[in-house]
Amino acid sequence: MLELIVISTLNGVLFGMLLFLLSSGLTVIFSMMGVLNFAHASFYMLGAFFGYQLTRWIGFWPALIIAPLLVGVVGMAVERYGLRATHKHGHVAELLLTFGLAFAIEEIVSMIWGKSPMDYRVPALLDFPAFTIFSTNYPAYKLFMLTVSVLIFLALLVVLKRTRIGLIVQAALTHPNMVAHLGHNVGRIFMLVFGVGSALAGVAGVIAGPALVTQSDMAALLGPILFVVIVFGGLGSLPGAFIASLVIGLVQTFAVALNGSLASAFGPLDPSLGPSVLSDIWNVTIAQIAPILPYVLLVLILIVRPLGLMGTRET
Amino acid sequence: MSAAIEVQAVEKRFGNVRIIQDLNLSVAKGERHAVIGPNGAGKSTTFNLISGHIAPTSGEIRLNGEVISGLRPFEINRRGLSRSFQVTNVFARMTVWENVRCAVLWATGHRYAFWKNVDELPEVRRRTAEILEDIHLFHRRDIPAGLLTYAEQRELEIGITIAGGADVILLDEPTAGMSHAETERAVALIRRLTEGRTLVIVEHDMSVVFGLADRISVLVYGRVIASGTPEEIRGNPKVKEAYLGEEAH
Amino acid sequence: MSDTATSAVDIKAQSRGQNLRFYGIWVIAAIVLIVLPMIFSSGGSLTSFSLIGISIIFALSYNILLGQTGLLSFGHAVHYGLGGFLAIHAMNAVIARGWSIPLPLIPLVGGVGGLAIAIVVGWVITKRAGTVFAMISLGIGELVASSSLILRSVFGGESGVTTNRTDLPQVFGWNFGPQIQIYYLIAFWLMISAIAMYALTRTPLGRICNAVRDNPERVEFIGYDPHVVRYLAYCFAGFFAGIAGGLSAINFEIANSAYLGAVQSGIVLFATFIGGTAYFFGPILGAILVTYLQLGLTSVTTVWQLYFGVIFIGIVMFAPGGIAGLLMMHRPLVRAGSLGLMIPAYLIALVPTVALACGVILAIEIIARQHLPADAQIINLLGIPFSATSPATWLTSVILIVGGYFVARLTWQRIADAWDRATTIARDRGYLA
Repeated sequence: MLELIVISTLNGVLFGMLLFLLSSGLTVIFSMMGVLNFAHASFYMLGAFFGYQLTRWIGFWPALIIAPLLVGVVGMAVERYGLRATHKHGHVAELLLTFGLAFAIEEIVSMIWGKSPMDYRVPALLDFPAFTIFSTNYPAYKLFMLTVSVLIFLALLVVLKRTRIGLIVQAALTHPNMVAHLGHNVGRIFMLVFGVGSALAGVAGVIAGPALVTQSDMAALLGPILFVVIVFGGLGSLPGAFIASLVIGLVQTFAVALNGSLASAFGPLDPSLGPSVLSDIWNVTIAQIAPILPYVLLVLILIVRPLGLMGTRET
Repeated sequence: MSAAIEVQAVEKRFGNVRIIQDLNLSVAKGERHAVIGPNGAGKSTTFNLISGHIAPTSGEIRLNGEVISGLRPFEINRRGLSRSFQVTNVFARMTVWENVRCAVLWATGHRYAFWKNVDELPEVRRRTAEILEDIHLFHRRDIPAGLLTYAEQRELEIGITIAGGADVILLDEPTAGMSHAETERAVALIRRLTEGRTLVIVEHDMSVVFGLADRISVLVYGRVIASGTPEEIRGNPKVKEAYLGEEAH
Repeated sequence: MSDTATSAVDIKAQSRGQNLRFYGIWVIAAIVLIVLPMIFSSGGSLTSFSLIGISIIFALSYNILLGQTGLLSFGHAVHYGLGGFLAIHAMNAVIARGWSIPLPLIPLVGGVGGLAIAIVVGWVITKRAGTVFAMISLGIGELVASSSLILRSVFGGESGVTTNRTDLPQVFGWNFGPQIQIYYLIAFWLMISAIAMYALTRTPLGRICNAVRDNPERVEFIGYDPHVVRYLAYCFAGFFAGIAGGLSAINFEIANSAYLGAVQSGIVLFATFIGGTAYFFGPILGAILVTYLQLGLTSVTTVWQLYFGVIFIGIVMFAPGGIAGLLMMHRPLVRAGSLGLMIPAYLIALVPTVALACGVILAIEIIARQHLPADAQIINLLGIPFSATSPATWLTSVILIVGGYFVARLTWQRIADAWDRATTIARDRGYLA
């Protein structure tokens, strides 16, 4: 049991940090531009596929740098040629544009790479158990993922606190209307922020690709959870996104690891009752309901705190 | 007789910033009351507090004797208070006719009805047409509100505000940005439409204020420093110092 | 000053004239629905018409949210799907218990299913509008779709729940086995639902929905609670989506988890938006086009969803009013008689634009075929066979895209110029504000 708790905590924090790599970019983009980028998870997927392809051509380490840059360039192009032209039609049109993009990117990816999982392997350098805890070998690659995401997290903090663009972003987080007064280079700042946000999603994709499954439906699977994270944390709140990422990461990881059900706790139902909703609920394991837990949390928080955990903003 | 609006010791803070402190204001029934004050004095915030757009941090607001502080805007509206906005706030994609008609619907008792044809409600049609005639926009009734000229949108704003038949009307700078001729027309319009109702108006144009108001309250830094008839206000040294004096230069 | 009484009478007369035209349109629609299967009587077209009818109801119900109330939902299929499941279970119960409920009433059961879930979840979902509403609807959609896989006894797991529609009590000697009978059942419900949904737009609630869409803040100051308005709109949308789901369950005699899924929610959004949300008939056009493309494209290409995405992105960026919006833009020109100025510009632009589109299609198809076996390497475009592996095809594609784009850009400029001239005339003649 202790083993399960330690391992699940590690994995949960890891998943949470990955989520935060994505949700931080999404939150900053939303705060500054008012756009909820539906295609954000697609940039994560592009990161994984670019990472996979570049790893095959030039190896993992160069890919780790180049793939996110490529994703960042794609993101900047989307901002420059897509969102900027759509801006005059309002935020719903912008959201719809990114929705269409998410759809198209999934199709393009499966068109080029097919629909089956890629053989995206952990680099040989990191393919060893870092330590053994109880009887479980904890892979070094996971520690590497954790290190990368924590490093990026710290780098982000420094950028936010110490640079001019960071100050602008911070101001935008607290005073969204201020962004309009930035002056003539607002377009470039938007493009840059969108590019960096996409690149962060790209990094998450490159490092998560070998550990999770690199497949053309990975964006569609992660996207909704990502939106739960930022609504749960409170739209436009970075600390909220951070807490929500960790909470959802831990909840999901623990749920997957637990195999208990009402049946295993209280014994099986009387078989004469036959199959019913009750027996479905009685026999379902916690692991099986793991996918729906984020949404349950979402509904609960909206009933208790409609603005989300740390949200202060109406829209 | 109780006052139409009674604001008692109201305070509003945003975080640690006190926008309104110890605000006291009383508007008698049927009175035309102007609220003036320098920029940033809290005039619009006062309107937002009375109309329920924001809730006071402490204190009490009464409408016709009934406590309304803490109620939602639509609850206050249903009790007979209606307001306009400083920045034009109409239904841009709907026609002028629809704009006014929507503002008539609740007051005529049709509420959320989904079983009535909105075009077949004679009372609604009559009132909508009357109000459009009153605000001189009847000939523009089929134009989407977003395509009206600025002055027309300001008039529509007033039309939407009075359409529900509320007996307490709050107008937030109704003549802002209008030319001299447009302002005169708007003042005549306001005078006529608010006949027999209580009017509270925020206004920067002193000729409008002194021409229209029965009583005036002067708001400085979130506090009412003087309240009285136009003559009293004109002669009040505190007002001269804090407000009119600055403006006169 | 004109007399108020007479002007009010004017308006009444005006609306009566509109009413007459309006009843005419519905009668024509009904006649078209009746006659259609007599002209196109093949089994394939009957199936297509049935599917189109269902998706029209579904898209119209979606537009109560998106077009009328300004709510962008990513989870509308929840109501469609649960309506379908309830209809299936109702049919099985009718068969098992021998109740005397005939099949034509089953879609109503579907509607009740869609409405029931809307009543339950709607209050929470509609607390917020805008982006948050969109995200919550997505979350609820995922929640229901995932739960449906857990509650196997209700949703039948991966395989779904089946029924046999011919086992229900018969009416007028129809057993609803043949597709033609199902077609007329769908057409009947299509008429009823479309009329009801149109009528809804002309009620006090319908108009206040528009007001909430345009400016929810101001609505609070004319006595309405925008949350209640959104909630009621959500319930109506859920009800009609449930009817569509019920019809779908009858049509396929099965309901499975795909009914409730994100794809279904996405497609109804596509159809509604492509058709145009600002006009009542927009979603009808969209549903016809998208269903037709869905049926037509699946047999020609493996990447039909990509074409959907591309069309959708194009509409969002360049014509956010959708097809209906594009059509209605020309109405003042038709009235002013200046449409003639536009036609030559359109015709000239058509050639390079089609060339550009063909180039893009070729490029997409070449890439799409790289995983396919050798016998699938022939791309048939406008009757010309291209080999996906040949460099000549690549070259053709590049030439079409680059050349087409540069020529097309010039002709688009011509359209813009012609548009300016045509609208100026319309404005001068008083047909345009």
